[in-house]
Order: sequence, then structure tokens, then C-alpha cells
Amino acid sequence: MVKINGEDCNAAGMFLSDYLKENGYKLVRIAVERNGEIVPKAMYDQTLLADGDALEVVSFVGGG
Amino acid sequence: MDKNTNIPSKEEIEAALELRHTKAVQEKIRHAAVAVCGLGGLGSHIAISLARCGIGRLHLIDFDRVDLTNLNRQQYGIEQLGRPKPEALKEELLAFHPYLDIQTDFVKLSEENLSELLAEEPYICEAFDVPEQKAMITNYVLEHMPEKYLVGASGMAGYGNSNAIRTRKILSHYYLCGDGVSEKNEHQGLMAPRVMLCAAHQANMILELIIRDET
Repeated sequence: MVKINGEDCNAAGMFLSDYLKENGYKLVRIAVERNGEIVPKAMYDQTLLADGDALEVVSFVGGG
Repeated sequence: MDKNTNIPSKEEIEAALELRHTKAVQEKIRHAAVAVCGLGGLGSHIAISLARCGIGRLHLIDFDRVDLTNLNRQQYGIEQLGRPKPEALKEELLAFHPYLDIQTDFVKLSEENLSELLAEEPYICEAFDVPEQKAMITNYVLEHMPEKYLVGASGMAGYGNSNAIRTRKILSHYYLCGDGVSEKNEHQGLMAPRVMLCAAHQANMILELIIRDET
């Protein structure tokens, strides 16, 4: 299991970029942290999600 | 006190701040430098809060000019319409603390100029309006400037539900304020109370980091 935004997800073995696409995230509006580190945008399609990973996808909304 | 102008001296202002904040706390605030990126509803109020605290140095950055539609929630006046926000805000801050060290940049932040413009300040407030800009600065600072502390915001449109606005620690050097979901759209706009709540969260988090001083 992979914990994403606090919920257990069946995403182990997936590339981060595929997970984000499948779940409708707009890549230009997000920042992703994985196990306490920022994931560089250029690494999304090389980052393989593993069992026990904890991720937070911060999805920014407009207003300020 | 200067008898001709009635403007208190720098020492008098510092003494008053110490009286309110305690000497130990004021010592830390006086030596801290903060960059505020975006001077709209969030940034203008963050700057006011930190300036009221007597912050050592403020760097105000925005590419926009004061517009009539800003006055529902941003810290500007009618006489400042059309003026670049950084210099208009600087004027507001100097009105209550004439000796503040304030740098202004009337420029749009991008991946090309972030490193240079944010080089000096250890504390950075992300106070942009557009989600793509929020994501851009957040990713850039966390990836390329890991020694900085970043305090950002997302989700503060509408009214009511004050307690949904909160501060979360996302990474060791990154905090995010707001409710995370309330976006500005055709159904709800940005209104002063909730935007100010979120700005206060950001300013308060910056202050806590400064006083805790882990840099």
C-alpha cells in the first residue's frame, strides 16, 4: 500500500506520473512530496511508487 | 522625539516594540529578513503584520499595479490606484515604522529570476493568486533552495468557516496555510475576512520560525 494524502492507495509499482494522470491532477498546479522530500517535476516519470511510501500531493487552488 | 516633525526616533520605536514583545523576542525579529512574493490580499496583509512586529528587513515583490477591484481586500488606498504595488505598500508600512529596511521589486517572478531575487532572505512567503504560479515557486524553492523556509497558501475564497483555515507542515522547510479547497471562481470571490485570516496564518508561521530560529 502507498499512503497518498493520508489514504491507503493501491499504487505500489506505478510511476508517479501515471498515478497523477490517472487521478486527474494538473501537473502545472501541484507539488509532490514523498517520504519527506520534494519530488522534482523532472523525476515524476522516473519515480516508481513503492510499498510503504507516503506521499502528499499539494494541489493549489486560485486566490490570494 | 524630533521636536520639528513629531516623528519618534528609531531608538524610541525599538524601545516601544521591546516593551510590547519582550527584549529577547524583539532581538530575533530585528535581525530577520523575509521576502513576500505577491502583494495582493495575502501579501499586503502579511507585510503589514510583519512590519508591525518591527521585522529587520522586508523584500516586497509584485509585478502588478493597484486596481479598484483590489480594494475589497488589499491594504491599499484610493490615492494609490494605478501605482506599482511594491512602492505603494512600502509607503503604507513606513507610515507606522519610518525606519524599516524595505526592498521593493516591481517584477514578475519566474524560474529565471527566483534564485537571484530570493538569494538574501531565509524566509519566503508565497502569496500569489494564480495556482500555476503558486506551484512554480513552491517547486522551485523546495527543489533548488532547500535551505530556505517557505510558507505558502492555498484555499481562502468565500466567507464563513473560519476554522477550516489552518497551517500544515508539509516538509521540514515548507508550511501551507488555507483550507486547501476554496478556490476563487464564478461562484465565490475573495473577501477580506477570510483572506486576512489566511494571511495572518502565514505571518504568524513566519514569526514562529523566526523566533524559534532553527536556521
